[in-house]
Amino acid sequence: MNIVVCISSVPDTTSKINFTGDASKFDSSGIQFVINPYDEFGLTKAMILKEKTAGNVMVITVGDASVEPVMRKALAIGADSAIRINAKPTDSYFTANAIATYLKENPADLIIAGRESIDYNGGAVGGMIAEMMNLPFVNACNGLEIDGNTAKLNREIDGGKENLSANLPLVIGGQKGLVKESDLRIPNMRGIMQARSKPLTVVEPSSDENLTSSENFEKPAEKGACKLVEAGNEKELVSLLQSEAKVI
Amino acid sequence: MSVLVYAENWKGTFRKSTFEAVSYANETAKLLATDVIALSFGEVSDDELSKLGNYGANKVLSASSINKGDSRETSNFFAENTTDASIIIFASTYTSKMIAPRLAAKLKIGMSSNVISIPLSTSPITVSRKAFSGKAIEKTIIKTEKGIICLAPNAFGLTETGGDCSIEKINTTGNRSITIEGEEIASGKISLAEAEIIVSAGRGLKSPENWGMIEELADLLGAATACSKPVADIGWRPHGEHVGQTGKVVAPNLYIAIGISGAIQHLAGVNSSKVMVAINTDPEAPFFKAADYGIVGDAFQVVPKLIEEIKNAKN
Repeated sequence: MNIVVCISSVPDTTSKINFTGDASKFDSSGIQFVINPYDEFGLTKAMILKEKTAGNVMVITVGDASVEPVMRKALAIGADSAIRINAKPTDSYFTANAIATYLKENPADLIIAGRESIDYNGGAVGGMIAEMMNLPFVNACNGLEIDGNTAKLNREIDGGKENLSANLPLVIGGQKGLVKESDLRIPNMRGIMQARSKPLTVVEPSSDENLTSSENFEKPAEKGACKLVEAGNEKELVSLLQSEAKVI
Repeated sequence: MSVLVYAENWKGTFRKSTFEAVSYANETAKLLATDVIALSFGEVSDDELSKLGNYGANKVLSASSINKGDSRETSNFFAENTTDASIIIFASTYTSKMIAPRLAAKLKIGMSSNVISIPLSTSPITVSRKAFSGKAIEKTIIKTEKGIICLAPNAFGLTETGGDCSIEKINTTGNRSITIEGEEIASGKISLAEAEIIVSAGRGLKSPENWGMIEELADLLGAATACSKPVADIGWRPHGEHVGQTGKVVAPNLYIAIGISGAIQHLAGVNSSKVMVAINTDPEAPFFKAADYGIVGDAFQVVPKLIEEIKNAKN
């Protein structure tokens, strides 16, 4: 089975977010980049499926050379090969189109994207790839078992879950539940050494078309100081929540 | 011309997020001086469908044979019925996030998600949205003439219009690509995305047996329960309750954090809450910097007292 995992290189979850002087772009100076956590669940699932079915796992991203350390990490975790489409992504459509164009020429049985990236939070790339390739798509997927050509899936539906089945090929948007947090893999020295010699192929995008543009960023308004209430005086807290905040 | 909105149901019942999306569609339609058309999939009674009129829908297209879990079928149906639409609105539900990107790619129109404002302009469509897990607000322009807007949870509120809507039933025999085997919806529990109040607890609770008082407080307030990531990771609470950057992002009116220190990843998932209360033994806990109200104290003493005082206030 050929599995493709779409990887986004994102600021580490502990990052403080800042923007360039004119507020038009994210300021990446001093930021540690990691595999998008939702993609990491997908990559781990791909590794488990590969071990069961003797498949092949390819990771793919759209980004400039600065994302290569993150792709090497994916290879160190166990992916067999990596593709980097050489462009700064400008919106979800641009990214999905670049990936779908490549995958139409290089078909896979299972395409795993993350439910969303934790930087721009668009949550659109997986669904767009599915449409561009005319494949079934299951988003917020938190359970996946594959038997031959059939996939049994669970997806989150706000306060519950839906159980589905579909034939491969298929696109999913992964999240926690696909694998457990404790299943996530930290690259070991052997993996890191092997990753150095695994193929990381750079291809040029076929189009620079996008459908949206990002104008500027601002930070949410700062909160005022926290009003502290003495322990033992819970009555006052209840009264503040009732009459001042008017939320209970 | 029209504004189209997806009216999602769960086993035949609309939820607040549905009415919120219709309310938003109504405000957007006013900017364009046009009508709101709502689309519904699956079996929904006429009584339920007609509720959409009260939030501004002029017409409802109900396709009972289409299952919302099949994104190819739903996006095809949208595409066939949207030739006239200039803006298409989705709530922030998981199903919406499955249909919207497919539809955007199919129609080749721009989409923006996590939107927190009515369009700042409709030509070109310009919106404010949350990015970087709530750590930033981004202004985005949709460059195509038509566009798709997906809302952030609980960002807009409800506007009742007292209006009526017409109902049109559409029979289609879709081309199914996915088999829906069944669905399980936890009954009697308020979903985190919908909750007006969330009572959330972390490692400060020390063991899973201590959640009784958290549930009692939540029941008393009509709230949903949530938890921090470490608590979900060690299995004290189900993963579905994990709130934060890599779990659920919530925006209730009131978020009560009990024994949660307030790691940056947790705050990213809750900082859109309108009012936040922190209860923690450690006065240096970062949550106190984000919270509106706080009590420095032991949860095992503060929470029972809080329950008692809320009961008193209610009587």
